[in-house]
Amino acid sequence: MREEAELVFTAAPRGNRSYWVISVKRLLRKKLGLACLSIILLMYGAGILSPLVTPYDYNDQNLAEAKQGPSFGHPFGTDRLGRDILTRIIYGLRTTVIITVITLITGSLVLGISMGLVAGYFGKIYDTIIMRVGEVTSAFPEIFLVLIFIATIKPPITDWVRGIEDTLGIDIVKLGVADYLVLSLALAIFSWFGMARLVRGQVLQARENQYVEAARAIGVTSPSILFRHVLPNIMGPIIVLVSAGLAGVAGSEVFLSFLGIGVQPPTPSLGLMIFENASISVLRTNPHLLLFPVGTLTLLLFTFNLLGDAVNDAFNPRAR
Amino acid sequence: MGPYIVRRLIWLPVILLIVSFITFALGRFGPGDPVEVLMGQHSNPEVVERIREQRGLNDNVFVQYGRYLWNVSHGDFGESFKYRGRTVGELLKKKMWVSAQLNIAALIISVGLGVPVGLFAAMKQGTGWDTLAVAITLVGQSVPIFLTAPGLLLVFALKLDVLPTHGWGGFFSPQLVLPAIAMGVPGIAIIARLTRASTLDVVSQDYVRTARAKGLPESMVRNRHILRNSLIPVVTTLGFSLASLAFTSFIVERFFGIPGVGNLLIESVFSRDFPVINAIVLIGTTLFVMANLLVDLMYPFMDPRIRMGASQVA
Repeated sequence: MREEAELVFTAAPRGNRSYWVISVKRLLRKKLGLACLSIILLMYGAGILSPLVTPYDYNDQNLAEAKQGPSFGHPFGTDRLGRDILTRIIYGLRTTVIITVITLITGSLVLGISMGLVAGYFGKIYDTIIMRVGEVTSAFPEIFLVLIFIATIKPPITDWVRGIEDTLGIDIVKLGVADYLVLSLALAIFSWFGMARLVRGQVLQARENQYVEAARAIGVTSPSILFRHVLPNIMGPIIVLVSAGLAGVAGSEVFLSFLGIGVQPPTPSLGLMIFENASISVLRTNPHLLLFPVGTLTLLLFTFNLLGDAVNDAFNPRAR
Repeated sequence: MGPYIVRRLIWLPVILLIVSFITFALGRFGPGDPVEVLMGQHSNPEVVERIREQRGLNDNVFVQYGRYLWNVSHGDFGESFKYRGRTVGELLKKKMWVSAQLNIAALIISVGLGVPVGLFAAMKQGTGWDTLAVAITLVGQSVPIFLTAPGLLLVFALKLDVLPTHGWGGFFSPQLVLPAIAMGVPGIAIIARLTRASTLDVVSQDYVRTARAKGLPESMVRNRHILRNSLIPVVTTLGFSLASLAFTSFIVERFFGIPGVGNLLIESVFSRDFPVINAIVLIGTTLFVMANLLVDLMYPFMDPRIRMGASQVA
């Protein structure tokens, strides 16, 4: 569930634009990578546009049509309340999209990169503190801590969201905003360290480059050096790590929802759909209730993993 | 090596103290005040105060924390909110034993199948067998447990009707077979791939060529020189795979209706039974950290080079 391997890369490639063009071209040349990218874009697109692409609402109940198998009107059949399963899967993908995007942006990109930059560039006490805190958090099994974390911070955050709802006058609690916030926050707190460690290592290498020395010599400020000179040169490994982490975050959301501490009903989530139908009696009588969500999840995780490999091959200068 | 072990050993209690403090604080200040839960809705302030005094809930926080640590180290995790009058300890004991058996069975399957498959693929490197093994393990590694568990159930329990689907009958019962295989599949794949890679690495080492050149019998080269060295990375992943096994067991227990810790955890989460959740988190984290430490400490015994390398660095 956690990416332990530390990626090591050779010196930052010169000629930024050509590196990007070459890498993206190399990625698109791979048929498998391209296929995965299209499947993921399709799933993410459906998730983002879920209210537009689904003919039903995820909560539309129709008890007269409960537990039907796949048919023309309901391609994936209906569940025990007569809700369209395809619709619920697409809304479940929306949950996946929201969680993965928020977690990766806040945890890996913002928290991870900034911590890594600070630790690597300023060194000394900053480095020590950040790395020790990171080591301690990563020594814990993340699921347990997320469990505790969610149990403690969920009530206050839900209250806070309710407060916002009152001032705005829009019904946002029903959309599951509090669940999304709590879950992404919890996952982000325990997923930043891998990125921070990678960025720190990269910065330590990049810092020794002559262009950084030259920039400092002509009086460029530290933030400017970090964001203009160091960061662009280590984007390759960062992209590789983010794409490798996608499956992990998506899987964690499903797992936590399965345990009952993730997304709460009626908000659809693949993990919840699997949990509700994870029994032998469902498999015996209405296997489609379980197999369609499971199939979607499997396809999602598979394509994430394959895409991660393809991105690694394309963006990692050493793997060429 | 010395300083390294010492550093790890110092970290261990620190980490455990942090976790225990978190679980203590959650039980004490988190949702569900123990006395309020005990009293229900019709609480009388005087009675509440008396119970607080009796249970020492008015003492200094650190005194309470000390008492909590003392109790926990003696296996006393308090009383379950849901099952009145039953201690968390007695609830957990049985379930933990069930889960432990399931995990051990899955680990035996992972190692027992993974290592031979990896060795086989490495010995047949470049042939169709190797390609086949690599392809199968690649798929096995990325199939989520959410698919393996119902898939096995569908094929072996419902269609072929050869194995029981549900429940728990102890370590040597046929009911253990399907869940243990479902849990073991990712482990088989990971261990097989790892064994293959490290065996290929070891086979090309100078000392293997030397051993062959000395005229040692092939069986000795294989067992003494190749196998022993190629299993080092496998041992180190065991701690890690044990931890991930524990999490897949939560899912498998639900699918196969096994009365283990996973099902208890799900049940406790739904009924907000915080003493049970706390105890599971505390015990789980302790086991996880200990397993990792144990594996780290086993390294130098398996590979003397690591001992030298570490002392040079330190």
